Amino acid sequence: MDAQAVENRFAEALADPARPVPAGLTSARGEADRLRFAVYRNNVHVSLVEALAKTFPVTRRVVGEGFFRAMARAYVADHKPDSPVLSRYGESLADFVAGFPPAAGLAYLPDLTRLEYAWLQAYHAAEAPPLGARDLGNLAPDALLERRLVPHPATRLVESAFAIGSIWSAHQEDNVTRMSIGHPESVLLTRPHAELHATVLPTVDTPFVQRLLDGASIGEAGTHALQCDGAFDLARALTGLLALGAFQRLPAHSEENPT
Amino acid sequence: MSTAPTLPASAGLGLKPEHYGEILSSMPAIGFFEVHAENYMGDGGPPHRYLSAIAEHYPLSLHGVGLSIGGSGPISRDHLARLRRLVERYRPASLSEHLAWSTHESAYFNDLLPLPYTPGTLDCVCAHVAEVQDALGIRMLLENPSTYLLFEDSTIDEIDYLAAISDRTGCGLLLDVNNVMVSAINHRLDPHDYIRRFPVGKVGEIHLAGYDETHDEAGERLAIDAHASAVRPDVFDLYQFTIARTGPVATLVEWDNDVPDFATLKAEADRVEAALAHLRPGQRRVA
Repeated sequence: MDAQAVENRFAEALADPARPVPAGLTSARGEADRLRFAVYRNNVHVSLVEALAKTFPVTRRVVGEGFFRAMARAYVADHKPDSPVLSRYGESLADFVAGFPPAAGLAYLPDLTRLEYAWLQAYHAAEAPPLGARDLGNLAPDALLERRLVPHPATRLVESAFAIGSIWSAHQEDNVTRMSIGHPESVLLTRPHAELHATVLPTVDTPFVQRLLDGASIGEAGTHALQCDGAFDLARALTGLLALGAFQRLPAHSEENPT
Repeated sequence: MSTAPTLPASAGLGLKPEHYGEILSSMPAIGFFEVHAENYMGDGGPPHRYLSAIAEHYPLSLHGVGLSIGGSGPISRDHLARLRRLVERYRPASLSEHLAWSTHESAYFNDLLPLPYTPGTLDCVCAHVAEVQDALGIRMLLENPSTYLLFEDSTIDEIDYLAAISDRTGCGLLLDVNNVMVSAINHRLDPHDYIRRFPVGKVGEIHLAGYDETHDEAGERLAIDAHASAVRPDVFDLYQFTIARTGPVATLVEWDNDVPDFATLKAEADRVEAALAHLRPGQRRVA
């Protein structure tokens, strides 16, 4: 049998516990051995479930260890990582959770899972100097409104019809108190330097942040936010975002010639 | 290929995120730190900040687990590029990988899976090792595996297979003494005989770890390469037998699961350091 055929059979048997030990495998006593092959099968499943458990600690805590492991096992069975970089494994877990019948009663869970995945991507994102209020201080008001900002590589916005930011924060503590979760929250993740921040945005600011991150100018984003809610305050919102380090400071020559 | 970088002939430890702070504040006497390359393939963030700070003070060994060098398919260009970025960023004193496969048709299994030892797979592994060394511009070390089953198709002895890879590609070997013990238990082999026959001149690093144990269907001992406990006495004895042949070699204690506090890891490293110090210069190579 050629090497590729051997590997194919091995891989198929790893994926399906119902399959027998693949042909061509043996032991010192001259027989194939189910329990020996099960070590490989177990290593694959346990290590991938463990990788998900590390990436989604709050999801795990919310549903409980047993539930999480059962759900993760079901996910792992059909979704192997597409690269050995496990910090990028689990991007589609949120969609899987949304269609996982036993989790149907937890409507907020997919968004919470999405937030945790975004958190890990923000954690591993490239370094870049954050744009501060001072960097925009020299711009005339018109120029400021025309200005488009470049998101910092770590910045992520996760929106939900549920209070996922509050749930996430509450589960960073040892004791979780009861809370209302039925209102929408948008969570902005920023990591201007070493430390990652998760901020629940004021509802009135969310349309502004969405548009800015999508590449709209400050003026365009502000106009849109005002149309959504007349109480929007552009100066306050922009100052807050810059303080969080949501945007990237570009090299000096490009600061002088914004496009 | 540039001059082979080398690790100091002393005890090293696997670097774990839970110990970053303590290492930087106490600067323990450790010969080197080793990391799994795949854990540092993000673009930035705290992992790189810590690793950069620690690499300023200690030699660094990059240990890959995801190249799938023993696989029948091609080496992933993307993964090789990620590894090259890491090598360029840190200029490690050593780069090592496994004689195993882990990726099949783009699905990554996160385990080190075995391959049959045949002339055909030998050609394929040698081509992969050569490709990696060419792409990275450094000599790599290839590690002997721990296995739970054997292939009926295998026609080449594992040591001959490893020696042939080294001869044909110029790569060094990483001798995992725990893997030797695990495979010896699992396949009724004599671990001392394995060490006696191993091409010790090619060994650039030794690995030690703890194994777990269960039984197979016939009730025979089945050792599992778990990396979840201290180095077992039989493995440590085999290590002392090994270094009497190799002379002082960089030796890593691997403890990747149920990671203990740093003091416990340091005690393991100290035990290794004492064994290395015990080798008198005149005893360096008795092979």
